[in-house]
Amino acid sequence: MSNDANMHGHAGVITHHEVHYDEHHVHHHKETFITKYVFSQDHKTIGKQFLITGIIWAIIGGLFSVLFRLQLGFPEQTFPILETFFGKWAKGGVIQPEFYYALVTIHGTVLVFFVLTAGLSGTFANLLIPLQIGARDMASPFLNMLSYWFFFIASVIMFSSLFVHTGPASGGWTSYPPLSALHQAGQGSKIGMDLWLVSMAMFIVSSLLGGLNYIATILNMRTKGMSMTRMPLTMWAILFTAILGVLSFPVLLSGAILLLFDRNLGTSFYLSDIYVAGQILPNEGGSAILFQHLFWFFGHPEVYIILLPAMGMVSEILSVNSRKPIFGYMAMVGSLFAICILAFLVWAHHMFVTGLNPFLGAFFVLLTLLIAVPSAIKVFNWLTTLWRGNIRFTPATLFAIGFVSLFISGGLTGLFLGNSTIDIHLHDTKFVVAHFHIVMGVASMFGMFAGIYQWFPKMFGRFLNHTLGYIHFWVTMVGAYLIFWPMHYEGLAGVPRRYLDLRDWHSFNKFDDLNKMITVVSIIVFAVQLMFVFNFFYSIFKGRKVRTQNPWGSNTLEWTTPINPGHGNWPGEIPEVHRWAYDYAKDGREFIPQAEPVGANESKDH
Amino acid sequence: MEAVSMQQRKKIHPHKFTLWIAIGSIIMMFAGLTSAYIVKSGQPNWQDVKTPQVFWYSTATILLSSLTIQMALRSFKQREMNRYRQLMAVTMILGAVFIVLQWNGFMQLWNSGIQFKGVAGAGQFLYVIFGLHALHVLGGAIALIVMLIKAFFGQTKTYASTGIEVMATYWHFVDILWIYLFVFFIWIK
Ligand code: HEM
Ligand SMILES: [Cu+2]
Repeated sequence: MSNDANMHGHAGVITHHEVHYDEHHVHHHKETFITKYVFSQDHKTIGKQFLITGIIWAIIGGLFSVLFRLQLGFPEQTFPILETFFGKWAKGGVIQPEFYYALVTIHGTVLVFFVLTAGLSGTFANLLIPLQIGARDMASPFLNMLSYWFFFIASVIMFSSLFVHTGPASGGWTSYPPLSALHQAGQGSKIGMDLWLVSMAMFIVSSLLGGLNYIATILNMRTKGMSMTRMPLTMWAILFTAILGVLSFPVLLSGAILLLFDRNLGTSFYLSDIYVAGQILPNEGGSAILFQHLFWFFGHPEVYIILLPAMGMVSEILSVNSRKPIFGYMAMVGSLFAICILAFLVWAHHMFVTGLNPFLGAFFVLLTLLIAVPSAIKVFNWLTTLWRGNIRFTPATLFAIGFVSLFISGGLTGLFLGNSTIDIHLHDTKFVVAHFHIVMGVASMFGMFAGIYQWFPKMFGRFLNHTLGYIHFWVTMVGAYLIFWPMHYEGLAGVPRRYLDLRDWHSFNKFDDLNKMITVVSIIVFAVQLMFVFNFFYSIFKGRKVRTQNPWGSNTLEWTTPINPGHGNWPGEIPEVHRWAYDYAKDGREFIPQAEPVGANESKDH
Repeated sequence: MEAVSMQQRKKIHPHKFTLWIAIGSIIMMFAGLTSAYIVKSGQPNWQDVKTPQVFWYSTATILLSSLTIQMALRSFKQREMNRYRQLMAVTMILGAVFIVLQWNGFMQLWNSGIQFKGVAGAGQFLYVIFGLHALHVLGGAIALIVMLIKAFFGQTKTYASTGIEVMATYWHFVDILWIYLFVFFIWIK
């Protein structure tokens, strides 16, 4: 509303959007450092801001996982250096329980939300939407800028929570009450928890602003000829991701608001009959399960918010680099759609053991297992796209193939968990940890890496170093399986998640060496990610320069822009689109860009 | 090129479209809260609440304000700028009255002993749900003030009605949302 006025207040040309932007572009004022790199409204810069902030968070989150893996792998050892750095949190070089829980919680929160939601969607939606649909910028560049800055505020608050006296939130990334609702429940339930909630509220605002923009832009601002079914699959995936976000984040917000009331104003939405810290609480009639409903109604769509952008980029990258059209384009779109619908209907599979009515549970089992159908369609289509392709094994391709592998492995273990009877045994064990790290955590990271290797030339006009890229891929791929595969066995044997010390459980002693191995591999994998970060920043300044407009021989519109596009993307007119994005290996030609008109005697298959 | 892009744009202006998605998003938030209410109302120790009379007055107020903003939009389109300004001002005042009335309702409830602490029930939900709704009205009212200032002091020589259309749609939305919430609280015990 008022933004509308701000954005376009000076001109009555709203109906001539194109014209308006063109004008804007021509006398595009002298940009200062501030408007160009800090408060930029250029979608490409905003994308980079998301990416770099995401990378910083990934380093923090990854480092935290190394720290708690030290505890899990070597519970009897002391690490005096930890005390040097973390003081009372690692007294005597031993990770204290409060510290362990804080590490796990912040690791989860940061990777799920700040890295794989903001870092992934924020980066590639911003970078790719206008470039791939042929628009000068987002529907509302101003809201888009706000979206980043809300994320930034959320980041600052979360980061500051690491330094408060009682430590950051420690109730797990799901922050279930009553633990998260009662200050006296523990160190991590004090101010750290409030900061966590406020930070998440800011984050939700950021996601909503971003999502609104992504949807409005994709649906309204496509260039001439870019019908919906000519869009690259990246666009479809980002569109569905944004729809999921816009419809599910508000529900998390409502859950968080009720939690804030319970925490600070004495209400009893989630609290009932509690005896804590030697005290009987007056709260009555609340239900902790209510929070789980609200959380998972959001939480399950959220896991797809993380996954879908990766799926979209993998589809695009596999097709470009196997020099073949994507197999089953409409099936790909249809399965994305089916996944989106189902994502809203399965949340209670996280709650099979909360006393959920088994009759109700049966429906959730059915709906959950149904997700296997669209998932299998996608896997089939990726494999058939690769099949007999003329594959160029760039790092991006390798990461995309790795994604497919991980998605298969992790999806299969989902089928175990989706059966409520089996889940009674597996719930809250390391099996779940293995499942979601493979299918979501590592897989989406792979999607993100694939995207970075593929579009780095568009972002910075230089290439990433490919040798380092290959090392990065192989170590991460092998490492990820070495870390998470064994956790399935531990989980099947009953090893619980969220426990920092299993030594008293003698039956689990047999996993001691396995746990040590996992920890060592984690450290190696983390080191290799640092190598990637080095590659990233080094290549921004010193990487091999991109010399041709379209280095990957790709059909999509982003490669018709100059090597280093300015604000507005195309110096002249926006190209018109004449075909879908996947005319590879057609009529004896390796690729035919979308902007090329259909030839007189071109074969008709698309 | 230009013709086509205009043709494409004509479907719906991106900002209006954005508003519709935002409305979907806001609906989800209140859907979450009202379903939470339903889940909880089935549990032991649930305390019912009698909605104070004053909420009927606020209902009348917000309905009236929907009417005035609609008339404002019409005047704008007919370029009767004076009438437009007056009607916008009336709408803004009605919005403010609505919020005052809501506050009044909250105070009545609070003084009748329905407070945050104590046994869970409809009352606590009422504060949260009606409170969040009032915040949405407040946001709208602030946007109205901005538009009013523009209307009185800005040198708007343009007659693009998108801004005011977006505003009116939002205003009707918070109105309908209120009706839903109010009926919900009266109905579901
Ligand atoms: C056929 C596909 C899938 C099925 C049947 C499935 C089923 C399940 C079930 C039943 C659980 C709950 C286990 C428990 O806590 O006891 C679970 C956990 C989880 N799943 Fe999946 N899943 C599937 C695919 C996915 C995908 C594609 C993602 C992410 C992109 C994902 C992410 C997660 C996460 C993050 C958790 C754990 C959350 C937590 O408790 O911290 N799953 N899955
Ligand atoms: Cu789930």
